[in-house]
Amino acid sequence: MKLTGAETLCESLTRLGVREIFGYPGGAILPVYDALGKSKLHHVLVRHEQGATHMADGYARASGGIGVAMATSGPGATNMVTGIATAMMDSSPVVCITGQVSSKVLGSDAFQEIDITGITMPITKHNVVITKAEDIARTIREAFLIANSGRPGPVLVDITKDAQQASAEFNWEASEPKLPPKRLRNNHDQAEFDRAVEMLNTAKRPIILAGHGIMVSGAMRAFEQFVRAGNYPVAMTLLGIGCFPANDPLNLGMMGMHGEAWVNNAIQEADLLIAVGMRFDDRVTGDLRTYAKSARKIHIEIDRAEINKNVKVDAALVGDAREVLEKLTPHIQTRDHGTWIRHITELKGDSAVRDIQSLPDNGHLYAAHVINDIWKETRGEAIVVTDVGQHQMWEAQYYHHNQPRTLITSGGLGTMGFALPAAIGAKFAKPGSEVWVVVGDGGFQMTMSELATIVQEKISIKIAIINNGYLGMVRQWQEFFYDKRYVATPLVAPDFAALANAFGIRGERITKRAEVVPIIRSARESNETVLIDFRVEQEDSVYPMVAAGASLSDMIRRPNNPLVETATEP
Amino acid sequence: MQTLVAYVENKPGVLNRVASLARRLAINIDSLTVGPTENEEIARMTIVAHTDERGAHRLEASLEKLVDVLLAENISTRALLERDLALIKVSADQQNRPHLMELIKVFRARVVDVAPESLIIEVSGTVDKIDGLLEVLRPFGVLEMARTGRISMTRGGDLLQPPPATQSESLETAEAKSK
Ligand SMILES: Cc1cc2nc3c(=O)[nH]c(=O)nc-3n(C[C@H](O)[C@H](O)[C@H](O)COP(=O)(O)OP(=O)(O)OC[C@H]3O[C@@H](n4cnc5c(N)ncnc54)[C@H](O)[C@@H]3O)c2cc1C
Ligand SMILES: Cc1ncc(C[n+]2csc(CCOP(=O)(O)OP(=O)(O)O)c2C)c(N)n1
Ligand SMILES: [Mg+2]
Repeated sequence: MKLTGAETLCESLTRLGVREIFGYPGGAILPVYDALGKSKLHHVLVRHEQGATHMADGYARASGGIGVAMATSGPGATNMVTGIATAMMDSSPVVCITGQVSSKVLGSDAFQEIDITGITMPITKHNVVITKAEDIARTIREAFLIANSGRPGPVLVDITKDAQQASAEFNWEASEPKLPPKRLRNNHDQAEFDRAVEMLNTAKRPIILAGHGIMVSGAMRAFEQFVRAGNYPVAMTLLGIGCFPANDPLNLGMMGMHGEAWVNNAIQEADLLIAVGMRFDDRVTGDLRTYAKSARKIHIEIDRAEINKNVKVDAALVGDAREVLEKLTPHIQTRDHGTWIRHITELKGDSAVRDIQSLPDNGHLYAAHVINDIWKETRGEAIVVTDVGQHQMWEAQYYHHNQPRTLITSGGLGTMGFALPAAIGAKFAKPGSEVWVVVGDGGFQMTMSELATIVQEKISIKIAIINNGYLGMVRQWQEFFYDKRYVATPLVAPDFAALANAFGIRGERITKRAEVVPIIRSARESNETVLIDFRVEQEDSVYPMVAAGASLSDMIRRPNNPLVETATEP
Repeated sequence: MQTLVAYVENKPGVLNRVASLARRLAINIDSLTVGPTENEEIARMTIVAHTDERGAHRLEASLEKLVDVLLAENISTRALLERDLALIKVSADQQNRPHLMELIKVFRARVVDVAPESLIIEVSGTVDKIDGLLEVLRPFGVLEMARTGRISMTRGGDLLQPPPATQSESLETAEAKSK
């Protein structure tokens, strides 16, 4: 069967299980759009190509599968850069397809020609230019294989216009991926394994650092069995949230810069860290010289390049988290950590016993109220997609996730503008799930044009804008470290509710605490998208905080304030 | 200084990926040589990098993450044979020529081009040896120099060969995962 390159692309994507493509057309990709129209693939027209990449990313994070984004050459391709980098930093499997000028004029500064493979080389797991129709099927299969194997990541495929237009024989069976033969090294030797077992069975004060890799590996069951076998307390990274139920007594909460005080203190006192699928980010460790000094360390990690990168470990179990955990669990003999766990409970002090909801109303609406109420009303079962800033940290503290892949957030790159488009992608991945966006007034203004995409696609998303009138997280740094000189952080915003109406979306504004639960209920009852502008306390800060580069033991705590530092245990 | 050997796909763009990766990891490359191997589809690189053991591990492991890199290995602590090749053009007049020839002999270098005012000397060996020769040639006036950069090989039975041509990951599992 002879197909054009464009038809081959659509046929290949369909055979790879793709249903939606998030994209934006233009000259150099027009042949593909023409073929798309005749295919069964559903194209979601975005309002900016950055949105397309975040949607594909949100789709991938919610589903565990691959998200696909598409754009034209030149500006279409360069608009994707932020989204690609976001996916790269958080190991998210996204395939980006860009149109390119004809191979005959490549290198001539043709109209809308840009070296997008050159530009994205450091921010993709792999990228490739296709100049021949007959290479398309195989290369797309390779791209999918690369994006979601090992440590996942974004792959960009740049297809010249003549390759899209030319005809070639289509033979799926004959276009099997032909990747270079690589040495397999995702393994560890027996001695390393035995050393880890010895460490596990002799530790008095062990703590697990659970990361995103557990979700990537699909290791939730194996992880739970491992935790139970050793009766280990679990701390999570921001991206690890959801890998272990928040309502489990062994789950301590988040570690790091805005982690719970007792979690960071426990890490500093531990005699064994068991790091699983996490990469010791600097937001997690603080000053490395003072980090977990009395602990030996085991690192379960699929990527050899992460071993000893930031923290020197005593046993490195290189491999897939699920496989390694399944192998380890039968060897665990010691599970008597009662004294240690009681000690950690004591470390919680009064941060945990006071209930934020029962504090007397001082007339102010705090972001924590809003997020805690969304958690309660949704019974922790919604997919929450956050943007970047204070609201992101409050979400991590006050929304208690019991299921994997229900918190979707940009951790490594910290990309403002991520939430709204990523939520659209998540909704396509999980159409039956309730999807909430928790976003700041700053970040929302970066990609709010995607409201039109929501309307055009007739999907239902609940949007909670945590409107504090500031680029809050930066304002907080100015408050703490720059003597409250609020340069360029006070922020004017449009009337978000009216803006929503202009898009044809229901918009509400909430200023009082008593109005929060009713509006959440009303939004949940609606089958349509609802945007709620929560006018919250303007100069509230996220506590506790480990200043950048400071020791994990040095936490800035909430000053005498009627509000508790963190939420209660779920 | 750390020495790594890498087997890579012999196709355009791979050198760029390798160099770009080192730059991204903030590792300075002292020399990087590429040449074909017995198998024309595979090229061999010797990378000499300004970094410590930890940096070399990161570079090695990160290189192996590149799709086009088949194998990368830090061989710094192994028994190595190292060679660098240099062509050095020195000014030489009738007077100092005999003295020059003597030095060249001591360093087991060769004269490969003779002109009235200059000579081209070819020398191969360790970096130290070439640096040594350069040192003594300098007073004569070094007009031009070209060096290949280092190539390295582990000695004796310590073999470093490209991996056999088998697929690294089962295709079905990965494609199934993507659905
Ligand atoms: C404003 C802001 C504040 C932040 N504050 C905090 C904070 O207080 N605390 C915090 O934790 N984070 C915080 N972060 C996020 C932080 O920057 C990192 O993104 C996060 O810590 C990374 O978590 P991770 O290592 O679990 O995930 P990733 O960065 O995604 O790393 C996953 C790791 O798992 C490995 N892996 C992948 N697949 C597998 C597999 N199959 N088997 C085994 N391993 C695998 C990968 O190789 C990688 O090393 C903050 C971010 C922002 C924007
Ligand atoms: C694209 C981008 N630009 C700048 C930043 C730096 N930054 C981090 S948080 C933040 C403030 C976010 O403000 P807002 O969206 O209102 O959320 P808030 O912190 O107030 O909850 C800024 C500017 C960033 N993370 N991303
Ligand atoms: Mg704000």
